[in-house]
Amino acid sequence: MRAGLDIGSTTIKGVVLDDDGQIIWSSYERHYSHILEKTEEMLRQISKAAGEQPLILGFSGSAGMGIAEHAGVPFVQEVYAERVSAVKLNPETDCIIELGGEDAKILFLSGGMEVRMNGSCAGGTGAFIDQMASLLKMKPDEMDEAAQKAERQYTIASRCGVFAKTDVQPLINQGADHKDIAASIYQAVVNQTITGLAQGRTITGNILYLGGPLTFSKALRDRFDETLGVKGICPDHSLYYVAIGAALYCDQQIDIAIVLEKMNSYESVGYASLPPLFRNRDEYWQFHNRHAKAAVTRIPFDASVKRIHIGIDSGSTTIKIAVIDDDGNLLSDDYRSNDGNPVPIVRSFLMELYEKHPEVIIGSVTCTGYGEELMRHAFNCDYGLVETVAHFTAASHFMPDVDFIIDIGGQDMKCFRIEDGVISDLFLNEACSSGCGSFLQTFASALGYDTQDFARLGLFAEKPVDLGSRCTVFMNSSVKQAQKDGASIEAISAGLAVSVVKNALYKVIRCANVEQLGRNIVVQGGTFYNEAVLRAFEKEMGVEVIRPDIAGLMGAYGAALYGSRKASKEHVSSLISYDDLVQFHHSTSQITCQGCGNHCQLTVNTFASRHKMISGNRCEKPITGHQVEPSLNLYAYKQKKLLGYSQIHVPSKVKIGIPLVLNMYELLPFWHTFFTVLGFDVVVSPLSNQQIYAMGTSTIPSDTACFPAKLTHGHIAWLQKQDVDHIFYPCMSYNVDEGLGDNHYNCPIVAYYPENIRDNMDGMNESYFLEPFLDLSDREKLMSHLCDYMKEHFPYLHRSRIMHAVNLAYQEYENYMQDVRCQADRIIHEARRQGKHIIVLAGRPYHVDPLINHGIDTMITKYHAAVITEDSISWKMKKMETSVLNQWSYHARLYAAARYCTTQMDMDLIQLVSFGCGLDAITADETSSILHAGNKLYTQIKIDEITNPGAVNIRIRSLFAAVQERKESHERNRF
Amino acid sequence: MKETGFEMKDVKEYTILVPNMAFNQFTLIQAALLSEGYHVELLSTASAEVAQMGLQYVHNDTCYPAVLIIGQFIEALRSGRYDPDSTALAITQSGGGCRASNYIKLLRKALDQAGFHQIPVLSFNFSGLEKDMSLKLTPKLIGKLVAAVEYGDLIDGLYHECKAYEINEGDARNKTVEWLDQVSSWLLEEKNFHIHDMKKMFPAIVKDFTRVPIKRTEKLKVGIVGEIYVKFSPIGNRDLVHFLEQQDCEVRLPGLMGYIEYCIANMKLDSDFYGMKPMLGKICDQILSIVDGLGTTASDALKSEGFHGESSFREIMEKPEGILSLGVKMGEGWLLTAEMIELIESGFTNIVCAQPFGCLPNHIAGKGVIRRIREKYPQANITAVDYDPSSTKVNQENRIRLMLAVGKENLQK
Repeated sequence: MRAGLDIGSTTIKGVVLDDDGQIIWSSYERHYSHILEKTEEMLRQISKAAGEQPLILGFSGSAGMGIAEHAGVPFVQEVYAERVSAVKLNPETDCIIELGGEDAKILFLSGGMEVRMNGSCAGGTGAFIDQMASLLKMKPDEMDEAAQKAERQYTIASRCGVFAKTDVQPLINQGADHKDIAASIYQAVVNQTITGLAQGRTITGNILYLGGPLTFSKALRDRFDETLGVKGICPDHSLYYVAIGAALYCDQQIDIAIVLEKMNSYESVGYASLPPLFRNRDEYWQFHNRHAKAAVTRIPFDASVKRIHIGIDSGSTTIKIAVIDDDGNLLSDDYRSNDGNPVPIVRSFLMELYEKHPEVIIGSVTCTGYGEELMRHAFNCDYGLVETVAHFTAASHFMPDVDFIIDIGGQDMKCFRIEDGVISDLFLNEACSSGCGSFLQTFASALGYDTQDFARLGLFAEKPVDLGSRCTVFMNSSVKQAQKDGASIEAISAGLAVSVVKNALYKVIRCANVEQLGRNIVVQGGTFYNEAVLRAFEKEMGVEVIRPDIAGLMGAYGAALYGSRKASKEHVSSLISYDDLVQFHHSTSQITCQGCGNHCQLTVNTFASRHKMISGNRCEKPITGHQVEPSLNLYAYKQKKLLGYSQIHVPSKVKIGIPLVLNMYELLPFWHTFFTVLGFDVVVSPLSNQQIYAMGTSTIPSDTACFPAKLTHGHIAWLQKQDVDHIFYPCMSYNVDEGLGDNHYNCPIVAYYPENIRDNMDGMNESYFLEPFLDLSDREKLMSHLCDYMKEHFPYLHRSRIMHAVNLAYQEYENYMQDVRCQADRIIHEARRQGKHIIVLAGRPYHVDPLINHGIDTMITKYHAAVITEDSISWKMKKMETSVLNQWSYHARLYAAARYCTTQMDMDLIQLVSFGCGLDAITADETSSILHAGNKLYTQIKIDEITNPGAVNIRIRSLFAAVQERKESHERNRF
Repeated sequence: MKETGFEMKDVKEYTILVPNMAFNQFTLIQAALLSEGYHVELLSTASAEVAQMGLQYVHNDTCYPAVLIIGQFIEALRSGRYDPDSTALAITQSGGGCRASNYIKLLRKALDQAGFHQIPVLSFNFSGLEKDMSLKLTPKLIGKLVAAVEYGDLIDGLYHECKAYEINEGDARNKTVEWLDQVSSWLLEEKNFHIHDMKKMFPAIVKDFTRVPIKRTEKLKVGIVGEIYVKFSPIGNRDLVHFLEQQDCEVRLPGLMGYIEYCIANMKLDSDFYGMKPMLGKICDQILSIVDGLGTTASDALKSEGFHGESSFREIMEKPEGILSLGVKMGEGWLLTAEMIELIESGFTNIVCAQPFGCLPNHIAGKGVIRRIREKYPQANITAVDYDPSSTKVNQENRIRLMLAVGKENLQK
């Protein structure tokens, strides 16, 4: 008899096979991280099932390694075990797709065996689906059922779970249909698996689906089938393939009694720990009492109150309402989950308020948060303000000279520095780092605890686990490891609290010491109700902070305060009446905007008044019917200008394809001219869109490369379909030299991506895929290299013609750059004439692609500002000293543009950073210090395959709010 | 930025801290520098604190080696073991389009933030970066450094091969320590570092290693390649070598000299590819010939005693043909691809390609070439493993175990 145990990240599976290989016993259970106990329990069951017979036993699974070693049981790696089973049970299989609690695997069995596991970034899939289901307030089986009825799909980031979460939340908030979201989530899992694991190999033939998520969800299997164009099967015992493999592969007879005995003595190796949060109870009570003092004045909401102000903070997962009197005293408040739709909650709150206090005058209603627009439209509120300003307003009520505010909410983290009464620096958690309230919540429930109980457990842990500071996905495995090493739940709870703090301090704010934050710190947001987090923060920074007793309510309170100041004494709110509230009704529908390439998913909210509100739009087009005048947008201009080249065709027998990717976004004028002059017909790939991206995803070798690089595969695939005779895409270690830096390199990705294309896409033979190594910074050398290269491939060309073409190409490139610069000057001039602010949206040339920049340019022009690019003004500066090595041409422009910005009153810079850009880890710090030295704000927007327009909006609006405030205070000071 | 008040002429008064990247080679490099009057100390501190300290001062998204090296330096300076007024730090700089060229600037920034304005940061480089702060590379020092790395690579290779098959546990390590001591004292006494000496000593060392009793059995042969720091440094790769030894594998790390030769070769390649500085190209070519001659001698000595000897650097340069152009010269560039192929061709078909999470050049020269390599060498069994401050050992070891399981199956075929 044989038995196998598969100890996975979230579940434990066991089988007993008889001598014919038939399963006579099996079990599948979640272990809630009580790995040791569950293993022992299951071994006892196995022992019972096997009876007196001798037993061959094997372990497998990611959490089983250490235990197996200690207990003296043979161990087999889980993917390998799976293969052993498949070869035996389904010998005709070509390919296995297995999703587990936290990993995804693809095994190619036929035609050269290969096994792939997801990288450390791609994160959990089963756990991810669970998380998403809880976000949708559904059980996994409900989600599966819902998804099968889906009618449409949304694009959800397929990189890692945390990203997807930031995509799903806004969809829920906008009222998108849950069944459509569910299907989109499954599709994201499919895309993630294929992008991450196929790596150039086609998944085809007989497919076997294994593992929990694929066994339990038909919708997920359907998504795979449809995407891959196959009909895969999910065999019997699909949950047990690893366990069966472990049983079959091992060949050692084991006495379970001895194993159990050994496990009894399993001494954990220990784990890296931190000092306890409190040394003793006294210390705790002192701390507790100190914080109890930071309380807002509450007065009873009775007939003596004549006039009130209401603040509504409609957040991503919660809704908060504060009601205050004219003096800022708190009368009433509400804080609750928004259940995915905040509108009815606010409605019933307001109705109750009207009913209980028919006489009171409502002075103002102010909205803030993600749902600000929706609230304003639904209830006809008076004011809206960006949440950063709301939080600042509230914080300064508790501490007028506050220097720094840290707000950690359910989904997002906002930290900002205050200088001269203005927000001078804003840090938001980028889509990659979670570490917020919901993060603790997720862990609490994964471990089977209520959030508050879980937090309390950590307070007196003796040896909190040192978990580092990274995103949830990494944290999952760290927690797993700590448990294996014997950490108690208490130690983990405390460790997680510390990790939330470290994440905020070192990852989001990036501070090295408390001096950088300033002495007067207010911490707020629901997460700081957790005393373990609060304590961890004070300990980490070595400073006592203010945590208002309404920490979770600060946005709403701040909004109410703002309204009370903004409204004149006689002002009466425009809030809809009680009768209208009774009649109130609200419905939503989803449409895809066809106005431009962004194809925004629009949510149309219709209210009882037939009044409509559209959200999800990046520009004004779906609302006003026309785009904001693009004349003050250099991104739009560049796009149009580049597309102009694609229109130019010459009659020719030979077609040359050029992918519009990475550095080609700048060099297209050069190469288009070069080939056209030589008499070739040039076919340029179009601006990116999702279809083009999808065409190349299966050939991407490294899923952690930046999105602009990954897009290249799709452009090449597109060109292959156009029957071009050659694709031209040169490698360039060096960029053009504009004299702004110490050297003029390209980044490794831009420099060598053509090599990745050649090695990972089919049909890239030498005569088809032209990828010479070239250096544009030296015209003479380039000429001679190009002459040799071109003559090799096109012997009929004359050297003189080639040289002539090179000269014209340089000329055209210069003309193009010059034209962009002139246009920038025109925009600056016109913006100044109209009194508009100017934003330098600084990135790389390829950030002009609308799929890469997500329409952020138009999101900015929506706020009546002009947008220019870094390369259109960098030439105005001379080479300068930088504290980092200034050796990449694109970066040198960035630094120069930032410096130039500091010399212009009405100009601010926003840096676009692509996720995964290793170099921008360096440029971001430098750009920020250049701007700060010049007394300017630094704003960074991180973009990936998908971006969350909500977060981008906060950044942009906060910047404008601060700019406005500075301007006003400047003027105040003048008089 | 405040002035350090440091002048290069006083450098020998300072204690110079150097991160210990590769134990065997760096032990000898230390001796080479000591012999020239530089008071070098190697830092091997490995604790969770090191990474945490690094994270406080370096952007989280910066490469892992930068986080570790900077964390290690700051931890050392804070420990009170060194007098901040007479301590200097030194790191190597390869130069080039990889962000690693920025380490020195990032370190400077971190030191200033941590309040160590007075600590000078020295650079070892051949690319003319940081001219005022570079250690003066006299021909004699260069000779000694070359000797240190050549001897180090030879001893390192012998260690790994003997370690895998030693009959008495500990013999290989003891023999290695013996030779490291011996070569160190040669360098300190300024002996045996000339080319003709080395050519004589290599066979003697190899011969002596044959006295370690070994029994060759069929073992899984695993090569480690990758980003230079993560490849060699036990704190960078969570003691990968040790893990593989425990799994009963024969481990092989292509030598450190290969990387240096690669850097020299790139200067020549720049002249081939882009016509830059042709004179420099010629000089580099000559240096390469000399160094490669040494490597070949070492390799021949190894082979004559039945040990594994690497191909000459010239041969290695030909390996990536058809897979990756020699124009790919950032980070480990084409050398990474070349080393993988060299390993495969010499029977080390199982390979761990180790890199920091988000390493840009390795998207191309590491992960990007695996498909092609497998097409050409179907027996190749390569796994790419990312390292960063919070990736967990479980996850990494699990991937490596998978590669090992496949390797074992191939072995049985």
